[in-house]
Amino acid sequence: MNYEAKRLIEIRQGVLSKNDQLAAELRQRFHTFGVFVVNLLSSPGAGKTSLLEATMRTMLSEYRVAALVGDLATDNDARRLARSGGLVRQIQTGDMCHLEADIVARHLEGWNLAEIDLLFIENVGNLVCPAGYDLGEAARVVLLSTTEGEDKPLKYPATFATADAVLLTKMDLAGPVEFDQELAEANIRAINPRAPIIATSARRAGGLEEWIAWLRTQMNRRSATPPDAV
Amino acid sequence: MHELSIAYNIVNIASTAAAEAGVDEISAVHLRIGVLAGVVADALRFSFAIAAEGTPLAKAELLIEEVPVVVFCPHCNAEQTLPNPRLFRCPRCNQPCGQIIHGRELELVALETP
Repeated sequence: MNYEAKRLIEIRQGVLSKNDQLAAELRQRFHTFGVFVVNLLSSPGAGKTSLLEATMRTMLSEYRVAALVGDLATDNDARRLARSGGLVRQIQTGDMCHLEADIVARHLEGWNLAEIDLLFIENVGNLVCPAGYDLGEAARVVLLSTTEGEDKPLKYPATFATADAVLLTKMDLAGPVEFDQELAEANIRAINPRAPIIATSARRAGGLEEWIAWLRTQMNRRSATPPDAV
Repeated sequence: MHELSIAYNIVNIASTAAAEAGVDEISAVHLRIGVLAGVVADALRFSFAIAAEGTPLAKAELLIEEVPVVVFCPHCNAEQTLPNPRLFRCPRCNQPCGQIIHGRELELVALETP
């Protein structure tokens, strides 16, 4: 018979520490090659792909832009984005509800990072799961569309609290759906007092100017500083 | 529903640690989970039961300590615990505070043997 007393094995390790470590390696790699990486998060249908297509089209004259596009099952988004003329690769996640650093690392294979200035990672449409997974990005950008309702930030605080910028998308539809911009901004502010809130419309001419100006500022600033953790 | 993938991570880390310690059965897993970690405890327990099947953790119980959101308030120059994770304002001076110190934890603290 074994009379050994109950034992406690101390671990003190992050459950996602493997992902965090891979993400830190990716961040260092991106910094070494001068790639500014944006992780785009939103619920399904908030307009990530439309925003990205229009953004890439505008920025391609100035920067070498690439995108990794997470999608559960189809390659529709990647085909749409490829029309912009940028470098695009699809990540089919199957049943995964979020992207992880090792998936990103695998999908970078074959790309010469020295030839990319700006890389967008379009996460899987989901406001819960992607929040816990660092992908090595320099900026985490969360979208809230006018058609979703102003209280989304209060329902998904983990995602909005960790955003470096929050974009209000589909502003061209704000009128017809009676979107209360002031209320939406107050809700974002309640959860995240620091992130800039930028109104955008991928359809309207000039609807992305402020967003693109923000990206430019971030890119110029980050290229002069060492990588930092999210 | 990423709790299943988190549960598999817990089982992997814990199984490795148990093997290193020469232990073949774990009775409890101590976790610290932040309010902002985006993890639902019930979903995690359900997923863990599936992930732990056939491993030394098959009979283990998850003991979860919830970690509240702590922010740094630049006005008070101090860390403050938020009573409401949906309002990032200092509970003392009511100024907006966005610098998160705690609340995103997802930590495997320790394992217990029977």
